[in-house]
Amino acid sequence: MATRQTQSLAKLMRAPAIILLLIWMVVPLAMTLYYSFMNYNLLNPTGTSFAGWFNYQYFYTDPAFWESIWNTLILVLGVLLITVVGGIAIAMLIDKPIFGQGIVRILVISPFFVMPPVAALIWKNMIMHPSYGVFADIAKFFGMQPVDWFAQYPLFSIILIVAWQWLPFATLILLTALQSLDGEQMEAAEMDGAPALQRFIYLTLPHMARAITVVILIQTIFLLGVYAEILVTTNGGPGNASTNLTFLIYRAARLNFDVGGAAAGGIIAVVLANIVAIFLMRAVGKNLD
Amino acid sequence: MARAVSTKTKIGWTIAAWFVALLIFFPILYAIITSFKTENEAIAGFDLIPSFTLDSYREVQSQYNYIRPFMNSVIIAVGSTVLALIVAVPAAWAMAFSPTKRTKDILMWMLSTKMMPAVAVLVPIYLIFLRTGLMDTRTGLVIVLMLMNLPIVVWMLYTYFREIPGEILEAARMDGATLSQEIVHVLTPMAVPGIASTMLLNVILAWNEAFWTIQLTTTNAAPLSAFIASFSSPQGLFWAKLSAASVMAIAPILIMGWFSQKQLVRGLTFGAVK
Repeated sequence: MATRQTQSLAKLMRAPAIILLLIWMVVPLAMTLYYSFMNYNLLNPTGTSFAGWFNYQYFYTDPAFWESIWNTLILVLGVLLITVVGGIAIAMLIDKPIFGQGIVRILVISPFFVMPPVAALIWKNMIMHPSYGVFADIAKFFGMQPVDWFAQYPLFSIILIVAWQWLPFATLILLTALQSLDGEQMEAAEMDGAPALQRFIYLTLPHMARAITVVILIQTIFLLGVYAEILVTTNGGPGNASTNLTFLIYRAARLNFDVGGAAAGGIIAVVLANIVAIFLMRAVGKNLD
Repeated sequence: MARAVSTKTKIGWTIAAWFVALLIFFPILYAIITSFKTENEAIAGFDLIPSFTLDSYREVQSQYNYIRPFMNSVIIAVGSTVLALIVAVPAAWAMAFSPTKRTKDILMWMLSTKMMPAVAVLVPIYLIFLRTGLMDTRTGLVIVLMLMNLPIVVWMLYTYFREIPGEILEAARMDGATLSQEIVHVLTPMAVPGIASTMLLNVILAWNEAFWTIQLTTTNAAPLSAFIASFSSPQGLFWAKLSAASVMAIAPILIMGWFSQKQLVRGLTFGAVK
């Protein structure tokens, strides 16, 4: 059916998108790779020279680097744990026969649409502030000493904010999966006297497995890049206590003007993200067939 | 489900679900309430009844010229989306209606560009912006956000276009429709809902973007995400004014988001969950 004419027309229609994305992917990445082997500081641009592996060496022998890798890991895993477990629980709750399901859905999904700086500042000032926040009000109500969350538990505080932002996403996707669950199968299991926990483990969970995988992989891609939430709350501190890899690279580039070091860090971030990406591509690729 | 449920159980689940939903929504609700308080009320301890003053909204505009970042957000979000659609609609169309052996590979490759962490290309993009004078311009941000979201736009459009049944085209052809008639009278009406959904999701993503907007703007082109982020220091906005600025920043997108739940699932999972 496809004539040669429509074939070449199709090629012409595809070309702009492909060329643009090719440039967007190749040019900056090649530049990053190039800079990662150069001594290049914006404060001293004339002192630019070939650096070999120095930037990489410098980056990964820096204690801040390992701390940031560790923080990145804890941040991603912490948020994943809260959002996946919480998402399953909330999705199952919303899926129950309830009054006002539509409004409940809207309320639960809302945090996802709050831009990161706003989400973080609301939590920082109105919820977790040691003197004026709601948490402090609750603590005072029970006669306890309010906690200075961002000073004492900086990483945990950020995990809490980011988890709040991503819980709706997990819930919504898991709910979509849950609603395609075969009701008759569930009823049959119930009639046969399978207890709720067994029905959950043998019917619900396997049915949601694919959606859970997708949630984990997609969130991981975004969670590796958490930035604004850290910038407006702890600014990576105290010390490096809440600095993730993204924030460390940002600091090297924008605050220390260390182009070479930031580029080397960027390449490391690409490698990390790619490990996750390979798994995601497989999961999505299966769906294309 | 057609199963009969006793009203008692239903009420029980309803209470539990509403409790959880309100708990999750609470920070947003509290920001809305605080935006109607005076500054003194805002830090006077927990209180859900404000004095319903609009002072904070007025002051945010008069002190910080709020309309400028707001308009920047509108221009950047809509501009980058329209530009992405102009490039993506033909591409997705071609891939859906005359696929080749490599179409799947191209789609997967496009998806892979989305996996590139933004911070990895911070240095080159920043330097390019400095040298070409794109720094702190809306044009620069429109270009970056358009490129950033292009893979999602192509993917979403592709999954929508692919659902348009081929038989309809055949039928149109049998009735003697020419290619242009086919496109105008048959395909376009069927494609419009998919394009609209894609547009909606992409505006939301661009509006909320907060890495490039903060890195690549200072004052002139700063959209709301960068504007609000600049109030992170204690000497910034006070509670009520911060709330008012926040509410105005999230309200339009929140409402759009409520209407796009389905598309959100589809767009952000690249069609893997429908």
